[in-house]
Amino acid sequence: MTTPLVEMRDISIAFGGVHAVDHVSVDLFPGEVVGLLGHNGAGKSTLIKILSGAYRADSGEIRINGEKAEISNPRDARAYKIETIYQTLALADNLDAASNLFLGRELVTPFGMVDDDAMEAETRKIMARLNPNFRKFNVPVSALSGGQRQSVAIARAVYFDAKILIMDEPTAALGPHETQMVAELIQQLKAQGIGIFLISHDIHDVMKLCDRASVMKNGKLVGTVNVEDVTDDDLLGMIILGKPPAGTA
Amino acid sequence: MAEISQNPVQKRRGLIESLDIDMRLVGMIGALVLISLAFNLATGGAYLSPRNIFNLTIQTVSVAIMATGMVFVIVTRNIDLSVGALLAICSAMMAMTQARWLPGMLGLELGSPLIAPLTVVVGLVTGTLIGAMNGWLVGYQLIPAFIVTLGGFLIWRFAGWYLTSGQTIAPLDQTFLLFGGAEGTLGETWSWILGLALSLVALWAIWSARRSKLAHDFPVKPLGAELALAGMAVAAILGFVAILNAYAIPKGKLRRLFEAQGMELPEGYSAGHGLPYSVLILILVAVVMTVIARRTRLGRYIFATGGNPDAAELSGINTRLLTVKVFALMGFLCGLSAVVASARLQSHANDIGTLDELRVIAAAVIGGTALAGGSGTIYGAILGALIMQSLASGMGMVGVDSPLQNIVVGAVLVFAVWIDIQYRKRWGKT
Ligand SMILES: Nc1ncnc2c1ncn2[C@@H]1O[C@H](COP(=O)(O)OP(=O)(O)OP(=O)(O)O)[C@@H](O)[C@H]1O
Ligand SMILES: [Mg+2]
Repeated sequence: MTTPLVEMRDISIAFGGVHAVDHVSVDLFPGEVVGLLGHNGAGKSTLIKILSGAYRADSGEIRINGEKAEISNPRDARAYKIETIYQTLALADNLDAASNLFLGRELVTPFGMVDDDAMEAETRKIMARLNPNFRKFNVPVSALSGGQRQSVAIARAVYFDAKILIMDEPTAALGPHETQMVAELIQQLKAQGIGIFLISHDIHDVMKLCDRASVMKNGKLVGTVNVEDVTDDDLLGMIILGKPPAGTA
Repeated sequence: MAEISQNPVQKRRGLIESLDIDMRLVGMIGALVLISLAFNLATGGAYLSPRNIFNLTIQTVSVAIMATGMVFVIVTRNIDLSVGALLAICSAMMAMTQARWLPGMLGLELGSPLIAPLTVVVGLVTGTLIGAMNGWLVGYQLIPAFIVTLGGFLIWRFAGWYLTSGQTIAPLDQTFLLFGGAEGTLGETWSWILGLALSLVALWAIWSARRSKLAHDFPVKPLGAELALAGMAVAAILGFVAILNAYAIPKGKLRRLFEAQGMELPEGYSAGHGLPYSVLILILVAVVMTVIARRTRLGRYIFATGGNPDAAELSGINTRLLTVKVFALMGFLCGLSAVVASARLQSHANDIGTLDELRVIAAAVIGGTALAGGSGTIYGAILGALIMQSLASGMGMVGVDSPLQNIVVGAVLVFAVWIDIQYRKRWGKT
């Protein structure tokens, strides 16, 4: 068996008295899409924010390619080629699409000056692939629609050759056509050997796009299943009842 | 009917957008022109005389320098109430350095060429260190900037008072006084040379921006509009130099200058002041701060942090360290302002820079810096400082007493922000 790309082992974090994530273990293999499911407040976003460096776990360890990884801030995560589409999108509203896409990794001229034109050109290229209707390159992203903003966040995550991609409800604001394009994008990235954590409330999407699904409830892991082995109703049961379906490991 | 009356508006908006004209800049220059013309009329032409414009300019420098730093502070959703007090402590440190410590303790002779540079370094370092400490308290200790700098407002001026035992310190070093304004100017020839050089830089900036856009196949302004803009920039620069050159150095002072060289003033000789060194410093600050804001990572991170601190943090930006940098830069600029202000007043008194924190914040805000963070411009803050100084000195000239002056400036501040809010609503720009 190949080594997993990511292993999160026995991860816990509490905010005040709330055990947002409670001894959870999940893993991810190259070229695999793992769905993370659970009710609102189950701890999905918190779990992946530990992987993306936004939070530090109180206990537990993260292994990348079989080796223990110290991820104490978002820069460390980027160094491990982990890219994240946050549920809140994490865009600076006052900046334009290109500035957001390259935030923290600006293209610079030979004199070290920020090269806005080069960044805009790159942004135009990638947006043409993700959302061909996107035109608003020279306005602050506060002037974009919810779906357009989401496209910018997706573009930022896929532009920098991620090995590990975290998508926290990436299509929540997208129209049917754009959602379809993201589904195709996921297939492409998967084929390139990228591992993807996909958080979604759409069981149908998870069944279609994911290889495995992990379900959380109240900060605890209910179980992880191969989607081939289960039905939509099994997953729904796990989310609501918090019990793995009978007959699966 | 509705459509007919709407069309011209839409068309005009389309044209203005295609020319990419900054309406806020136009508005502020318009306000400045209006103020100048009104006072000029009221004073029978004295207001727009080269002499008054010269004085107005050198009076604006100190607040304008600090206002550029305040833009970054406010853009990152902070405030600095301590800049006037910081200016005072920097001024006190420099006064003690040049008038007491260097001559007394190190035995440097009065008039030694080392005194002025060492003094300036002491002022800049003092400002930068105190600023960095403010930034550390805000960024790492998470004390609100309002509180940290309110404390600084009370602390630093009075720390300066202890340093100088409450005395006014004068005279200051002769070379140091050159930074004050009227005492140190470039003279006509060098002012022209500098004006031409600045014009070339402006033309090059406009041209290279256009070339880069064309290279990427991005839309550019019509060539005619671009040329008109370039023409206006050059005209403004050279016109400004011409006015400052037209302000003649008084005969008595010329005679003293010649006598200092052991020569006699030739019959009929005259010379203009030209660009003061203090204004040169402001121009340099304006250019550097604008480049930082628009073309460096530091500037990009400052604006990103102001727009969404969480997003900035998640993008790997160290927003705490950034806060330290922004306040340190603010402190550095306070030190620089202290050089100009104390040299202009030719002494250090404990009340130097009193109320400057409010003038500086007002300048930045009149210049379109939003207190909510994330937006503001360097040129706006400088124009804001100029508008306020123009009002104050114009009212002084027409004999408005100082209580009413304060009332007017206060009303203008509120009005300017109201206009800015209307502008944002209408044009949807930030
Ligand atoms: N920064 C925080 N401070 C305090 N509590 C937090 C914080 N972040 C999350 N929590 C709590 O942790 C729990 C898990 O939140 P999380 O955002 O991970 O849920 P989620 O599964 O992503 O839910 P959703 O489907 O609504 O996005 C919630 O009870 C939430 O209130
Ligand atoms: Mg969530």
